[in-house]
Amino acid sequence: MALKATLIRRICPPCDDKLVHLRLGMTKRVNTTEMAHLGTDAFSAKSFWHNGPAPGAFYNFPGMQSGSCNKEAQRSQQPITTGTSVLGLKFENGVIICADTLGSYGSMARFRDCQRVMKVNNNIAVGVGGDYADFQYLKRIIDQKIMDEHIADDGFSLKPKALYTWLTRVMYNRRNRFDPLWNNYVVGGIQEGVPFLGAVDLRGMAYQDRHIATGYGGYIALPLLRDAAEKNPNMTQQQAKDIMEKCLEVLYYRDARSFPKYQMAIVTADGVTVSDVLELKSNWEVAHMISGF
Amino acid sequence: MSSIGTGYDLSASQFSPDGRVFQVEYAQKAVENSGTAIGLKGKDGVVFAVEKLVQSKLYEFGANRRLFTVDTHVGMSVAGLLADAKQIVETARSECADYRSQYGSNIPLKYLNDRVSMFMHAYTLYSAVRPFGCSAIIGSYDQVDGPAMYVIDPSGVSHGYFGCAIGKAKQSAKTEMEKLKLSDLSCRELVKEAARIIYLVHDELKDKAFELELSWVGEATGGRHEKVPKELFQEAERYANSSLQDDSESDTEDA
Repeated sequence: MALKATLIRRICPPCDDKLVHLRLGMTKRVNTTEMAHLGTDAFSAKSFWHNGPAPGAFYNFPGMQSGSCNKEAQRSQQPITTGTSVLGLKFENGVIICADTLGSYGSMARFRDCQRVMKVNNNIAVGVGGDYADFQYLKRIIDQKIMDEHIADDGFSLKPKALYTWLTRVMYNRRNRFDPLWNNYVVGGIQEGVPFLGAVDLRGMAYQDRHIATGYGGYIALPLLRDAAEKNPNMTQQQAKDIMEKCLEVLYYRDARSFPKYQMAIVTADGVTVSDVLELKSNWEVAHMISGF
Repeated sequence: MSSIGTGYDLSASQFSPDGRVFQVEYAQKAVENSGTAIGLKGKDGVVFAVEKLVQSKLYEFGANRRLFTVDTHVGMSVAGLLADAKQIVETARSECADYRSQYGSNIPLKYLNDRVSMFMHAYTLYSAVRPFGCSAIIGSYDQVDGPAMYVIDPSGVSHGYFGCAIGKAKQSAKTEMEKLKLSDLSCRELVKEAARIIYLVHDELKDKAFELELSWVGEATGGRHEKVPKELFQEAERYANSSLQDDSESDTEDA
């Protein structure tokens, strides 16, 4: 063990040995030869450079907590409690965003009432997939943003595209620091009378479209949404709800990290309503016919 | 004017021989020169009213507001130098946001009061800065604790009140308030009384034009501090005007 002597307590009178105060409060009797090998010593200039910085290397100053400066280099976490797909769809005069209410803990269906769809203000709703803790962190910040608007009392209120752009910047900057917020956001709302729908992912990639699905939804639900939108470009609210429920149902059959309870946020010119937790009806009658995998 | 503290009034870090800090007193003078602001705490909320003196007809209506929302549930009305007041408001806002980020809930008014008072007091200790030339009335409503209201003056001293007034006509406003049984009145009634008091204490001869500002926080607003809605505002103004006319015979002359 490298002895990091911090100060010499006293000199032992009979033999002139120095009693050195080590870390953790221990005291060690040392003689002069040993002194030369100890670390920082207030008396002897020679020991000052012992264990000192080597050219080109990081120097850990004695007494400093290790890793305070060095650990910034690599982070890139892993998501712990996660939400699965989020779906978004524009209809005639609004937007629907929906997601199930499961927070998975790896393969365990641990938290079964995680609200993954939130109302931001009267014009914006947001759905989130990915690491739930990262969402909770940003949710607080977004909530404070909205409160700050009420406090400023200047008649301005956050628009969907503004939140979408801000989220993109936040996510992109975090990814550049190798410390992403491991989430997929779906932002929906009404901007100047026109429905808005966009998605931002953990890499800061952002795009807008008429229909959005994150995670597994991209493979399973998106084709269904695209098909429905092509056949019926100006869907009514009820038609949009129906197709969303259908997609969620298929996701429940096929996504192993999904759950039959879900929430929907509907944004129209009248405002945002986030539904209560609803239950999917599912039909497993074909299950016995499926085999081979 | 009152006694001039010759030689002992150059900085806030000096006492006078009779134990006064003149800079703080001069700051209080700045407050007394400004339009009146009052706060009334009733049984289910707090109402603020401000007599906002309008120096020029060229100002847009609603410019230079003196009522601020400091947090969703906290309102503040100010008297004195408006620029100084805006800094207090910013500090208070940041304290509220900080409390929420640390403790996850709305800041109780007495903690906000402590923080803002300490902040204002700090500026009375050094010669490098001057004290804030403004007083603030802060009020909030909480479901559990009910309404609360404090006044903080430039010296950093604060008191809790049922009814308070700062600015030009604070004495006459206080006299009027003492006639009311504030703890029995609801917010809606207080809004009308507040408007009436402001109209009453406004000095038509000295200051011509003024704008009335009204805001409230209480049960009626669901705990959110807001400007009083238009219909109630107009109702309050009508009530105030009619009370003025009724009182005009019995009004005592005041300078």
